[in-house]
Amino acid sequence: MISFEMPNSIRKTVTLMQTVAENMMRPVSRHFDECEHEIPWDYINFTHEALKAMGGGTLAPSEGNGRPKDPDAPKRPSLAYQRLAYSAEVLSWGDAGLYLCTPAGMLGAAAVQATGTPEQKQRFLSRYRGDKPVFDAMAMTETHAGSEMPSATRTTAIREGDQWVLNGEKIFVTAGRKALVDSPGFVVVWATVDPGAGRAGVKPFVVEAGTPGCSVTKQEHKLGIRASDTVSILLQDCHVPLDNILGSPEVQTKTEEGFKGAMATFDASRPLVAASALGIARAALELLKECLERGGVQLRFGLPRSRMTNLERELADLEALHRSAWLLVLKAAWSADHRRRNTLEAAMAKVRAGEAVVRITQKAVELLGPLGLSQEHLLEKWFRDAKVNDLYEGTGQINRLIVARQLLGYSRRQLS
Amino acid sequence: MYGFEPTDEQRMLVEAVQRFAQKEMRPVAHDADEAGELPPALIEKGWELGLLQASIPEGYGGFGERSAVTGVLAAEELGWGDLSAALAVLAPNAFALPVLAAGTEEQKRQLIPPVIGGEWKPFVAAFVEPDFDFYPGEMRTSAAAQNGGYVLNGVKALVPYAEQAQSFLVFAAQDGRIQAFVVPAGTPGLTIAGREKLLGLQAIPTYRLQLKDVKAEARLGGEQGMLFEPILASSQVALAGLAVGLSRGAFEYARDYAKEREAFGGPIAQKQSIAFTLADMAIEVEAIRLLVWEAAWMLDAARDEAAKAAYLALTGAADMAMMVTDRAVQILGGHGYIREHPVERWMRNARGVASYVGLAMV
Repeated sequence: MISFEMPNSIRKTVTLMQTVAENMMRPVSRHFDECEHEIPWDYINFTHEALKAMGGGTLAPSEGNGRPKDPDAPKRPSLAYQRLAYSAEVLSWGDAGLYLCTPAGMLGAAAVQATGTPEQKQRFLSRYRGDKPVFDAMAMTETHAGSEMPSATRTTAIREGDQWVLNGEKIFVTAGRKALVDSPGFVVVWATVDPGAGRAGVKPFVVEAGTPGCSVTKQEHKLGIRASDTVSILLQDCHVPLDNILGSPEVQTKTEEGFKGAMATFDASRPLVAASALGIARAALELLKECLERGGVQLRFGLPRSRMTNLERELADLEALHRSAWLLVLKAAWSADHRRRNTLEAAMAKVRAGEAVVRITQKAVELLGPLGLSQEHLLEKWFRDAKVNDLYEGTGQINRLIVARQLLGYSRRQLS
Repeated sequence: MYGFEPTDEQRMLVEAVQRFAQKEMRPVAHDADEAGELPPALIEKGWELGLLQASIPEGYGGFGERSAVTGVLAAEELGWGDLSAALAVLAPNAFALPVLAAGTEEQKRQLIPPVIGGEWKPFVAAFVEPDFDFYPGEMRTSAAAQNGGYVLNGVKALVPYAEQAQSFLVFAAQDGRIQAFVVPAGTPGLTIAGREKLLGLQAIPTYRLQLKDVKAEARLGGEQGMLFEPILASSQVALAGLAVGLSRGAFEYARDYAKEREAFGGPIAQKQSIAFTLADMAIEVEAIRLLVWEAAWMLDAARDEAAKAAYLALTGAADMAMMVTDRAVQILGGHGYIREHPVERWMRNARGVASYVGLAMV
């Protein structure tokens, strides 16, 4: 059935998250933007306790997240991804950088969920319900290649007895410092077991905090989302246990399991990144309307364009852009909850949301003139936070490529 | 619970309309556009799909329940087939559905059965006015109560099949509210001016209508009159649904062409410039489709936000249709400019979508 009725349980989540966003995030938003490498422990500890009280939340919404499964539970389609999308949206409305500091399982957990065995899921994902907040990260990008990953991976994994030995350097690892230095977390490192095999040789390995040979070497200074650490990771003869490889260790030129695992991870995470983008966009839209209304501007709807003021036209267009992008996100998350392949939906949502948040924040700054530029409001920060959404988890261009390949039935070889 | 899948029943309907669109509408669309008329048999076959009848309860001669969601699903397929023919098939909806929504019990019993019984008959709405800033909320056509009836004055544009019409539903402003009046053909003071010549939608005949002291006996809703907003919203989502179908068709055509057409040693679809354009077109269509579905769902659920959602859906859909058809022409290059390909016609038709407000309904 086609329906846009928000489930009650999601409504409750949204109300709760909204309280967190208003009280725990907005008041410290400016501070953590200005003090770039400071860790927001108050927010982290609070959300850790809150999530534990709610039963623990990770990017792993189904079985295998360490929670016992109720055999008598009615077989309803899951709401997990839809709920996560709403949570990402509301928390990013609060502060997108702080949202990325939520100790709830981010990209690393998503990779484990998408590619791990049930035992691995148990081993790596149960830690989120412990006493201390835990972080995870995904290490894919290398200095010489971003969009071309994981195919262009140079980091190597060589088997030595019952261990893998990893060597290489990863950059742009979101939350890498919190995952490796500040909590007993883990990083999923993509490395090749056979440099001659191309992308078929690329596999995900779990490297846990405290593993010798794995170190955080650099912390980036960024345009926005400054509350979230972005680091480089150096792997020097880093030994991990044999079964820290997610999925099968075989190099399968035909099935390319590791590569597909990376793609499946992105199918799961892209709608959430898109949701986060649209939280920032909503914040900007609301502030814009608030300032205009305070300035005595009346915003009318329903008129033909020729009778509207420029402000009214811009606002109507931005609202339609924002809402339609959100519906793409919702559909992509809904598809994931129904266990359908959502590569196309996820990439579409990501393209539209990335574009929407950039346009909306830039327009809001423009339309508010000197107020838009002023640090008196958070708008200028949101303008900076926004842009990353068109860059990470696949740039707008890469996601367009994915959409186009899906639509045209082309392989990577046919369209690159 | 959110849901993005039509019911089985809706799916069957969509398939039936898609078959009609593919087998009946598409093959004649080019010639109909050139000739400036639609084959009567085509309209009749479209009418036999029973889309309007399925929206009307048994008590008034139909066999179903009105659903805007089902309506926009069907509209997408019709718009995919041919926008001119779609508007012709749906023209009586713009007469009957406002009666169903806002008529008194007596009006419904009296006015609906003649429209929906038997073959397609031009019962049509007179809604749009010939002004650059036409705004449905403030029509210039006026109505005034007089001797237990009403007197109408004004000019209407884009009235489909006015010359053959049996009766018009004329929308006019009365004391600041938009109301609808039943005006049978031949009523004194009613003049049908010449057929309009338009940029697009050339296969469906439309006319200017002049009303000079035209006396109308029936006003929808009788004493109390009617609530205009939901009727406007219903029309906005219907047109938006048609626009989604039109745009999907243009996207598919451009996609298939780009896979066939070779340049510099391979299909042009393998060039990022073309592939990215196609991706943007498809994203736009899917995003606006969801916006239209949501607006239709709000309408069915009688949500307060429905009016705004429907307005945004139609403005979004009109922009989408223009963007997608324009890029379809661009992807075909010079060939897109030649009338042998349908994309130039779709581009002309696309601009008309938003102007036909009030003349199609679901």
